[in-house]
Amino acid sequence: MQLNAEGLYRQMYKSRRFEEAVTQLWNDGHISAEMHLSSGEEAIIAGVLDHVTEGDALALDHRGTAPMIMRGVDLALLIKEFMGLEDGLCRGMGGHMHLFSPEHLASSSGIVGAEGPAACGFAFAAQHLRPGKVAIAFFGEGAMNQGMLMESINLAAAWSLPVIFVCKDNGTAVTTPSAEVTAGDLLTRARGLGAYAVSVDGTDVDEVWRPARDAFLRAREGNGPTFLHATCVHPEGHLLGDPLLRIVRRPVRELKSKVAPLMKAATTAGSTLSERAASLGSIAGMLRRAQKTQKQAANDPVERQRQRLSISDPERGELERAIDDEVETAVAAALRSLEARS
Amino acid sequence: MKTMTFADAIEDALTKAMSEDPRIVVFGEDVHALRMNLYAKFGEMRVRPTPISESAFLGAAVTAAMAGLRPVVEIMMIDFVAVAADALVNQAAKLEVFSGGRWSAPMVVRASCGGGYGDGGQHEQSLWGWLAQVPGIKVVVPSNPADAGGLMLSAIEDEGPVVFMEHKLLADYWVDGVADGGRTNFDYDIPEAGARGEVPKTWEPIPIGEAKELRNGDDLTIVSLGVSVHRCLQAAEQLAKDGIQAGVIDLRSVAPLDTNAVCQAVEKTGRLLVVDEDYKHFSLSGELAAVVLEAGMGAKFARVCVEDTIPFDRRREAQALPNVQRIIEAAWKLVSQ
Repeated sequence: MQLNAEGLYRQMYKSRRFEEAVTQLWNDGHISAEMHLSSGEEAIIAGVLDHVTEGDALALDHRGTAPMIMRGVDLALLIKEFMGLEDGLCRGMGGHMHLFSPEHLASSSGIVGAEGPAACGFAFAAQHLRPGKVAIAFFGEGAMNQGMLMESINLAAAWSLPVIFVCKDNGTAVTTPSAEVTAGDLLTRARGLGAYAVSVDGTDVDEVWRPARDAFLRAREGNGPTFLHATCVHPEGHLLGDPLLRIVRRPVRELKSKVAPLMKAATTAGSTLSERAASLGSIAGMLRRAQKTQKQAANDPVERQRQRLSISDPERGELERAIDDEVETAVAAALRSLEARS
Repeated sequence: MKTMTFADAIEDALTKAMSEDPRIVVFGEDVHALRMNLYAKFGEMRVRPTPISESAFLGAAVTAAMAGLRPVVEIMMIDFVAVAADALVNQAAKLEVFSGGRWSAPMVVRASCGGGYGDGGQHEQSLWGWLAQVPGIKVVVPSNPADAGGLMLSAIEDEGPVVFMEHKLLADYWVDGVADGGRTNFDYDIPEAGARGEVPKTWEPIPIGEAKELRNGDDLTIVSLGVSVHRCLQAAEQLAKDGIQAGVIDLRSVAPLDTNAVCQAVEKTGRLLVVDEDYKHFSLSGELAAVVLEAGMGAKFARVCVEDTIPFDRRREAQALPNVQRIIEAAWKLVSQ
């Protein structure tokens, strides 16, 4: 199988454009509560899913949008689901964190780490019913401290299950710096559990694509699981309206109510002065990291792949316009459906 | 009397307790951000962010408590307690009996709960009936700031495991963090008296297991807790306009359950309506029906609960959760019997 730069770009661009539209709908109040984007993860998802064939299964986390799009789920069905409409992918019952498509053997969970056991079960079923088929688990590095995921890597290795564990590492578990709560390194950990393990720059789809191809081959031939570690950045933070990013973007407005109680807490007796100063330092560090996330967004996987395209600018423009139209049509369909309902 | 928000009341009571007792430690996911003020005041040894490892840190809270600390351990949302259920169900809950009463685990499990903001059925559950079903676990669900602060103190002072649940609609920072995310174009049915209210000048513990009668009424007794209490009070007011006098009892805790308060009220009215944001089947509402039957009362009974997985869609979610309309309809049906 050959790497198709244009095809990969198409997938990544489509996912990004779609999530930009989703962001607009969320801002406009058409999508309730939490919204976790896949933006920043496109190269990882595209580089892995390019190898998927009919009968392979997906165990997704709370960022299932990009995998669902790249697996070919209808855009309008997705948007309608996010908007809670009866004609959405799951009849508006699950929302974006709980996307299910039996046709694609794709299931999701909003519980961190649940992708591990889910992928093992899909893979075990494949051993029985669909020999040569593979299960892919997508999760963040925060999930690497969840017991059930560690148990799953062991189970997959012990049973030689055809699983590809894809760890999308943005370095932050919600607001907690993962380095501060994670001992050892993840590759050694996965190897200790018996998986083949490799690490790549997850903002470069080429870098993801090749080890992913090897992982699929390994799994399909019955040689057990791979742990594919890929770094990335979430330009919108943990979720839309991320409290830390709101502070970074609009410090005056967002800090108005927070500074006084914080200063009062830090300056009145509790622990020692140096411990209190350390706490304030680490709060400042948390905000600095959030700000850095913003800057790193320049290192964007979609942009990187765009630079690499060998097609002419007009050709690229045409490709992008076709996708823009597709997204626009899907949004329009969802808004029509919303209107018809009310 | 001074007023406070629900969230501030809990934090204020917790701050007081932590200032007085160095054995109290707070740990859980993102507590450096969620409890930023406590983190700044008490430092990282006492307010410590954890990895996303619920089974490890909840399990660790049990033995930390056995060994002399008084942990307030945070499970961000009560739905996630399922990941770490063993620590509560098989460890903490069993300790006192297994040790012949010689050892206990004084710990608080703090978690948000409840729906009404469109987050889907994996992040909006109540699950208090499920937890309270296991002997050895206390479960507290305050409905207003004064109770929240007072019950938090009792939960900390308690010698055993106490699950302390705060409804997201009552806590402004939860609404801001997971519902609005900085937007202003959503409406949530936030009960004013629950989100902000009078609190005592100095915090005193409120005994766990004492229900509170919020409204007197001879025609039927409505029993509830958490956010639903406010829906019941609203419904009772409307019913009163039509000549039906409904009493409202706020249970405040699921375990221990104040069966006396319920029985006394139902003895008078002969009608019990349970309004519960938790699941209907095998539940608090079913338990209350059994309590009344076991007491030998032939009371008429109805319940307004969550009957199935909570829909993500806010319209259907609003119908699935107890609301004023459903309560009024159930009350009418009950008094017409």
